Amino acid sequence: MSEPKTLAGKVWDQHVVPGSPQEPSHLDAPGGAAAAQGERPDLLYIDLHLVHEVTSPQAFEGLRMAGRSVRRPDLTLATVDHNVPTIGRDQPNPDPVSATQIATLQGNAREFGIPLFDIFDIRQGIVHIIGPEQGYTQPGMTIVCGDSHTSTHGAFGSLAFGIGTSEVEHVLATQTLRQVRPKMMSVEVTGELGPGVTAKDVILAIIHRIGVHGGIGHIIEYRGDVIRALSMEGRMTVCNMSIEAGARAGLIAPDETTFAYMKGRPHIPGGEQWESALARWSELATDDGAAFDTEVTLDGSEIVPYVTWGTNPSQSVTVTDRVPDPQSMPTETQREATRRALEYMDLEAGTPIREIRIDRVFLGSCTNGRIEDLRSAAGVVAGRRVADGVRAMVVPGSGLVKRQAEQEGLDAVFTQAGFEWRDAGCSMCLGMNPDILLPGERSASTSNRNFEGRQGPGGRTHLVSPEMAAAAAIAGHFVDVREVMSWSR
Amino acid sequence: MEPVSTVRGKALPLDRPNVDTDQIIPAKHLKRIERTGYGPFAFEAWRSDPDFVLNNPAYDGARILISRQNFGSGSSREHAVWAIQGLGIDALIAPSFADIFKGNCLQGGVLTIELPDEDVDYLMARAEELPESELVVDLESQRVSTADGSWTRRFDIDPYKKHRLLRGLDDIGMTLAQEDDITAFEAGRDDAAYPRTEP
Repeated sequence: MSEPKTLAGKVWDQHVVPGSPQEPSHLDAPGGAAAAQGERPDLLYIDLHLVHEVTSPQAFEGLRMAGRSVRRPDLTLATVDHNVPTIGRDQPNPDPVSATQIATLQGNAREFGIPLFDIFDIRQGIVHIIGPEQGYTQPGMTIVCGDSHTSTHGAFGSLAFGIGTSEVEHVLATQTLRQVRPKMMSVEVTGELGPGVTAKDVILAIIHRIGVHGGIGHIIEYRGDVIRALSMEGRMTVCNMSIEAGARAGLIAPDETTFAYMKGRPHIPGGEQWESALARWSELATDDGAAFDTEVTLDGSEIVPYVTWGTNPSQSVTVTDRVPDPQSMPTETQREATRRALEYMDLEAGTPIREIRIDRVFLGSCTNGRIEDLRSAAGVVAGRRVADGVRAMVVPGSGLVKRQAEQEGLDAVFTQAGFEWRDAGCSMCLGMNPDILLPGERSASTSNRNFEGRQGPGGRTHLVSPEMAAAAAIAGHFVDVREVMSWSR
Repeated sequence: MEPVSTVRGKALPLDRPNVDTDQIIPAKHLKRIERTGYGPFAFEAWRSDPDFVLNNPAYDGARILISRQNFGSGSSREHAVWAIQGLGIDALIAPSFADIFKGNCLQGGVLTIELPDEDVDYLMARAEELPESELVVDLESQRVSTADGSWTRRFDIDPYKKHRLLRGLDDIGMTLAQEDDITAFEAGRDDAAYPRTEP
């Protein structure tokens, strides 16, 4: 019997292009012999390449300058998400530099024959929302994009990771990528989540445990009863933030939940092909006895809603806790980093999280911009009002998420409560379109990064779940969403 | 890519862990479609502090940057590497680097040298105390040394990457030389089992 393999190991092995990269002939001369034993990169075949306006223009320009073409436009999909305004799309883009970048992608898509979900296409949206939505994201695939949150697609048991622009060019030209095989990490979340505790809290708890550098050089496989019980939306939220733990990718073995989500989507096979695909996908799960390089276990029943207080996603505490004291950190580097973070965030050590007042609320992003996220938040918001002085916005992850939410009446729930209801895009997650925090403004955000200035220069970001963000919008400060359900509407 | 062999110069001490790519180059500067011109915006927010190390003229002309664990964390933007190159920096020393950033550095020919914490402590303190002192990073011998040779350490680098950097090889050119292998791979599997983005 062959050696037991991990899920990621199986997908990897199925995509290694055999042939000359295995031969050390081009590595002769100094270091050649050692190279044969070193971490030789594999040449990985890429099944799906997602492209957006920000990290692709230089790659297409590289192709043009070298006279190269796109090898598989039929495995490539482009959309506009990072730069696009989320209101007033019938008007010219207020930022001429962004307008040029978007026009450049439109031109490149035409020139190289790549399908594009353009700004007025109902299928337009955040690149990591639209792949699964259209059924392009399937188990066992290799998926790349010039965007670090590509790990989202790992929720389907695909191997998905972010790449830089030079690598985008490499994939466009060759449909392959040279990659050293990462180590494998198992993160098992056992037990059952309590009420009001979400996938976002699970991943924030994981990052809190292993740190923002804990996953460097690894692919994380999320396992255990808590993960199995998550919806696909929840699994995407977890896998999305793998990069925030430093991991190359994160994935989850496909199961009945995965298959039920996929069935009937536009690019999912039907009939006999569906049956044979199911058989293939069902064999992907990690074999019993497969070895991981690193193993971490969390008790899911102990996870409660998290709020970040600092300037990286591991700097978080539970909503019932307080802003930490730098002196409580174990090393001088961490004490200094904590002091810096508290200064930037304008927070005093010892302040109860629930006393932190907010100015803005952002519901959206590739982390929490899917229909289930909007439903959950709407459940908190329904019949209530956004607190005075708080500006809150909902930005659906795609045009189709927006339409679905409107069909369910969620837009009315949000707008009646005082939320802005916007068009799909990355919006306030990353501060490169008109949706930004002003200097000194403090947000409760369902996005993925609380880095200094991430949502706009001088802005202060607290990462939370959609339910926690909705509750903060109503209260004007952080509250434990588990208490909110008992409030009157 | 230009071949890389030796980087010699002053070292800029950036004594912070988890320096993320949003600090290295804020997103609002990613809207351009060129590969160059990002240097003036590198560490833009931190540079507004007059005490920030990049504002210290003693480090003008530095070619090496020293920082702490998980340097380059966050986004996949290769603009971060272009911004660092725009500062005139060609080698980075830290206990660890974020994976995507490290890969992007390799593409651009910026050396990422991982040394143990105690060695980084030493180099950080030295760069802070003696801004004019130079370091020499030599890829062929895989050594980081003080210019006077009084301190030297060997660093690890993947032999494949070393080979590429020393010769300035183009990944795409190398891979296209194996186009037959890729075609054979496509022919050897059930290509129809994978979704097409074209209707």
